Formats: sequence, C-alpha cells, structure tokens
Amino acid sequence: MSEVRNILLVGVGGQGTILASKLLSEGLAQAGYDVKMSEIHGMSQRGGNVSTQIRFGEKVYSPIVGKGEADIIVAFEKMEALRWIEYLKKGGKMVINDFEIPSVPIQQGAAKYPEGILDELVHKAKVSVFKAGEIAAELGNSKTMNVVLLGALVKAMDIPGIDWEEVIKANVKQGFEEINIKAFRAGMEQV
Amino acid sequence: MKQLMTGNEAIARGAYEAGLIFASAYPGTPSTEILENMVNYKKDIYCEWAPNEKVAMEAAIGASIAGARSMAAMKHVGVNVAADPLFTFAYTGVTGGFVLISADDPGMHSSQNEQDNRNYATAARVLMLEPSNSQEAKDFMKLGLELSERFDTPVMLRVTTRICHSKSLVELSDRVEKPLIPYEKKITKYVATPANGKVLRKQLIGRLKIMEEYSNTAAVNEAEYNDTKIGVISAGVAYQYAREVFGEEASYLKLGMTFPMPMEKIKEFASKVEKLYVIEEMDPYMENHLKMAGIPCIGKEIIPEMDELNTDIVRNAVFGIAAETMKSEKEAVVRPPTLCAGCPHRGFFYALRKKKNIIISGDIGCYTLGSAAPLSAMDTCICMGASISAGHGAAMALKKGGSDLKVVSVIGDSTFFHTGINSLMDVVYNNGNTVSVILDNRITGMTGHQENPGTGFTLMGEPTNEVDIPMLCKAIGVKGDNIYIINPLDVKLTEDVLADALSKDEPTVIIAKWPCILKKFSDKDKEDFDLRPKRCEIDQEKCRKCKSCVKTGCPAISSGDQITINPDPCTGCSVCKQVCPFDAIKEVE
Repeated sequence: MSEVRNILLVGVGGQGTILASKLLSEGLAQAGYDVKMSEIHGMSQRGGNVSTQIRFGEKVYSPIVGKGEADIIVAFEKMEALRWIEYLKKGGKMVINDFEIPSVPIQQGAAKYPEGILDELVHKAKVSVFKAGEIAAELGNSKTMNVVLLGALVKAMDIPGIDWEEVIKANVKQGFEEINIKAFRAGMEQV
Repeated sequence: MKQLMTGNEAIARGAYEAGLIFASAYPGTPSTEILENMVNYKKDIYCEWAPNEKVAMEAAIGASIAGARSMAAMKHVGVNVAADPLFTFAYTGVTGGFVLISADDPGMHSSQNEQDNRNYATAARVLMLEPSNSQEAKDFMKLGLELSERFDTPVMLRVTTRICHSKSLVELSDRVEKPLIPYEKKITKYVATPANGKVLRKQLIGRLKIMEEYSNTAAVNEAEYNDTKIGVISAGVAYQYAREVFGEEASYLKLGMTFPMPMEKIKEFASKVEKLYVIEEMDPYMENHLKMAGIPCIGKEIIPEMDELNTDIVRNAVFGIAAETMKSEKEAVVRPPTLCAGCPHRGFFYALRKKKNIIISGDIGCYTLGSAAPLSAMDTCICMGASISAGHGAAMALKKGGSDLKVVSVIGDSTFFHTGINSLMDVVYNNGNTVSVILDNRITGMTGHQENPGTGFTLMGEPTNEVDIPMLCKAIGVKGDNIYIINPLDVKLTEDVLADALSKDEPTVIIAKWPCILKKFSDKDKEDFDLRPKRCEIDQEKCRKCKSCVKTGCPAISSGDQITINPDPCTGCSVCKQVCPFDAIKEVE
C-alpha cells in the first residue's frame, strides 16, 4: 500500500477544515485518484478538536489514517499540531497555522497553553509555519484562512496536473470565487 | 463520472434511484444527514422528521402497507425506541419494500453507549445488509428494497460512523419509478392479534430458511481466493481495515448480507483456508455464528470487543506490529466540547448551579454539556426523555424515604417532543413535585439544526403548525400558575423563578425560551427576540480578577494576567456582565 498517500487536517470546531478537505478531495477525485475522506461530526463540533482524514492513491481501502502514516498534517491551530504528531510519518511534513485557540481548561486557568510547540516540532518534521488568518484578513476576508492553508498544503503535496482554481470555482459559494482563489495563491507562496 | 459521497448521501441517493416514495427519521449522529440529503429529491420523495424513532418507524411501516417503497433512519439507540414496531413488522412483512437504517457509533464519537445493533437483526429475525463504503451504501439500499419485497420482510441496513461520515466514489444511476402497489385489505397479514400472530410466527420461520438459501448464493457475500494459508471473514468498514492489513496474500470472504448468515458459504471458505480470522467491530457477532456451527476461527481473543477498529489495532493484534510513531515531550491540553459563547443554556445553568439541596436530572442534547466544569450543573443523563421521568422517580423515592432533596429535570425542546411529554404526564398524573425545565432553543441543536414540531417548519422547508408548549403543559394538567416562561439569559430572573418553583409541592414547568445562537434565525425569531449583534468588554481598571465571569465557562473569556473577552466569538449575551460583582463588564453595540 506504499502508493497510498495520507493527509490529515486538524483543528478546532468551526475553523473550516471541512470545506478545505472537500476542495482537496474533489480535486484529487477529478485527477483520477481513488479517494477516501473521513470526518467526525456531532458533539466535538462544539469547540472540541476536529480532524478530517484524506487518503488517495490507485486503490484505497481504509478511510482513516493510521498512526505514523500521515504524509502531511495541516494544523489549523498550533496545539492541534502537537496533539496529532504521532500520526505523522517519519520524514513527513507539517503545515502549521501560527494561531492559538486556548481550550476550556486553559481559559479556566487549570492548565497552561504549552510553550515552545514550534521549536519542538521543527526537530521532528519538515515544518512550514505562517499566520494564515492574518494573510486571509489582509486579502479582505479572514474566513478564507482555510483556503490559505489549502494552498500551502497543495504546494507541499507537489502533485502536478490538477487545476485547483477550477475546483475552487466549482465548490465555493457564488460571489466568493475570486477571494478564495487569491487566498489559495497566497497559501501556495508560504511553502 | 463518479461522485464523492458520504455513506449518508449515498443511502439517500440509493433510495431515490430505487423509486422510494416515503422516508422518515428522527435526527441522531451519525444518521442525520441521510434525511437532510433526501430533501434534494423532494420532487419525487416525501420525507419528514418524526418526533421520535418509534413514530418514524411506524410512519414508514404505514407507507409500506399502503404500497410505497419506504424507509426509516435512526442512530443505534433510536432503534431501541423503535424496537416495538420492528419486532411485529418482522412477522407481518411488507407490501412496498421497507428498509430500516441503523447507524451504529463504535467508539461513541457522539453517543451515550456503543451497542451493536446487528443483534437486533437476529432478535427480530429481519434480513440485514452491511455496506463497507459509499458505493455499497447506495447499492445495498437499493438491494434492500428489492429483497424486502422479494422475501416479504423488513430489511435492516446496518451502517457505522465511518460508513456514514466517510466519502468515497460512487457511480450514479437514474431513478426507476416504483408506482404504489394497489391497496388490498389483508386482515390476517396486518392485524397482529394473537390468532393471526401465531400463523405469522410460523411463516417467519419458513421465510428465514429461504433467506438463508439466498444468503448462501448472494453476490454480496463474496469470496476472494488468493493464498489460502490465511483466510479472513469480515464485513462493513472492518473489511476495509482487514483488506489493508492482510493485503494481497490472504483470501477473503467479505459478507454484505450478515443475517441470515451464509453458513454453507462460510463452511466452504473455512474448509479451503488453513487459518481463519474473523475481523469485526464490537460484538463477536459473526464469530458466534461460526463457533455455534463448530467452525474454528480466531476472533475476539485478539481483536478488541469495544471501541472502533482501525488498521493499527488490527495489524498489532494479528501480526504484533505496532505503528512507528513520533512522540513529543510536550503534551497538548485536552479540548473538551463546550457550550458555545452566547449559548442560552449558559445563563440557565449558571443560575441552577447555585441552588443547593437539589438533584439535577439531565437529558440528551447540547445542554448535557451543562454537566461539564465549571458549571457542573447536571447529575444524570441516561437516554432521550429520561430527565423528567427519572427525576420523578427519584423525587417520589426521596419523599417516601424522608429526604428533603428536591429534583429539577432539564430537557431540550426536541427531546421533550421526542419522549419527554409522556414523562411529564407521569409527573402530573401521579402528583409529583419535580421542577421540569424545558430549554426551548427553537431548534434541534446538537445534531446540527433540524426543524422539529416546535419550530414552525418541516424538513422539506414548508411552514407548518407549531406545538404550543405552555398550552400543551396546561392540557397535561400543570396548573397555569405553575408554568413559567423565562429568558434564560436573565440570570436573576432565572434564579428567582427556580426558587419559586422549588418552593412548591406540585408539578411545575419552566420554559426557558431563547434561540440557539448558531441558529439561522427565522423572521419570527427576529420578531420575538432581541437578536441584534452585540458584544461585551471588560474595563480592566474596574476588574478585580475575581473570575466570577470565568466561572460561567464561556469560551470567549480567557483568564491569564488579565481577564479578557475575545470579541470574535462573543455575542454580547451579557451573562458575564450580570455575574460581575464589580460592574467591570459593559455591553457595546
């Protein structure tokens, strides 16, 4: 199964991981790959951590990524990168949004947001870090943060021959095509 | 061109292609999106939300008897609610094809238990199909309707979270119309009196034999012979894990129909392989069938009987190979789900947690998160509707036993319509004294905002009649003076009303009415409630860091060197402002 590639998108409920993974999997399917994508809905959306898993290749069986198998992890939030590190393949890549969302125990003062996450992760993986939210805001719509991260992911994946801008046009809300394409291009420049 | 679809989308598509006419469901993770997607086909399919799963099941049974292809969808625990009609419908059989979709949740991602509903198929004796990806979810939905008509039986399509919520590629076809089968009166078939039931019982046994013969020849029970040193029997998503772990070397018997089990086919497969594994999630369901037939196999002695499986677990169990992983010395802090910023339940629970000498009987919904610290304002949560009835039982036992503890039962609007109404009747009829609180946030919240009998809209988006909750409570027998309607974001009012209700020795109902902050507000919501966007700010000069606001558990408030409110998630609900003893929080437009 060495030809199957595994991508994990991890973040916090409400950050837009689902749209990003939808765009990614649609693009891969159009390019002729067998694609499986798995996500968890329900209670975890209420401010809990969320993950979307995408596997693609010639033939994919399991819809979920095993530990130590992810080629790339995209963390929409910094602490989530830490949480999912054991899923990263040795030599794998990480795309990290330099953004902190404290969880309830941290807000309550019962725990501290871990310091030095990035310093530690750069020793373990090929890491690209940038502030996707700020890039999106500068472009004019902070909600396109997820598409900025998608752009960086696509660059890190290095798969030629997919017209991602067409995929974005076909799958985002009408009237938001241009801003999302700008966000995607800005993301590509980060890796 | 193939399309990427979740299992739930594919089930809806399969129903459409197979000429289905009627679908009903009560929302529940991971099944909810089946009916949400059915709305895409509303030109051809009538679909509705039922108040609970039993009603959904019975409505779909009625549609089948009337000659239509029909289905009901629900999460695993919903089948418990619908079990009564299921068992008898297995006796009567169908007219139009009927499929019950049971969506199980191994790993309890969003459920209160992890029951394995394959056991329902054997207990009720209904044909069961288990797809392993979205293409099969669509194909088996269609096959299920055909087999239902062919064998005169309800069919259970058993799926799990990873089937429902995983996307894979699906080939679409056109709809083939299935006109109503003309109605005929069939009293001995459909009137389940004991006399008719005895005849139907015998017919059911005969039908089982015929279904087992089919199972042995069914294309969905498919053997793939490679090297025969290792053979694997599997079904559902577990097959995908097994296929990946055992690879091209092993031989497989992949079962798509798992009741009746294809025992002849299994015997044949077992005789051809040297070592036989059964790979399945949760109960040793298939394994027990093999062992009862005297077929040696390796199953639950190595594969866990609980939680969902994955390739890591199967690989480690079978080959003793653990995944190579990277560890970090730093640890990520847990991120438990929490009531949203602006959630109307927060004000209510903040007021409730201050009451002493009470038991809080809770229920299933977003508001179960009221049990989490720092609110910790819930003592029990058993199943849909249990808050009011379990609370009543507790109150009566406490009274009889001489305890002065009182009970407050807390239930959401949709859960009240689901099975809370009967429970309230129990309280009133039996002279109970509990305080029943209906948290009416004008929508079914936790499952992602489905309409319900109190919202004024149907699943298909039509305006409709609305249940009047206060009038309903009055009709059940709650005295007018004992019914309170409050804005739960008004903390002082909520405290006062709770105190008044707790002082009475008769049934009281508090309706805490404010829309879910994530809801897409209707015109009527905008008329009835002040929903203008606002936010709150902390005046750092006045703030004494007493953390009263932090104790509301609002995710917009952070406590560090300073206490601050994050303006993005804040909705200006003002609960923090009301609880601040130093007047340090102000509302800004």
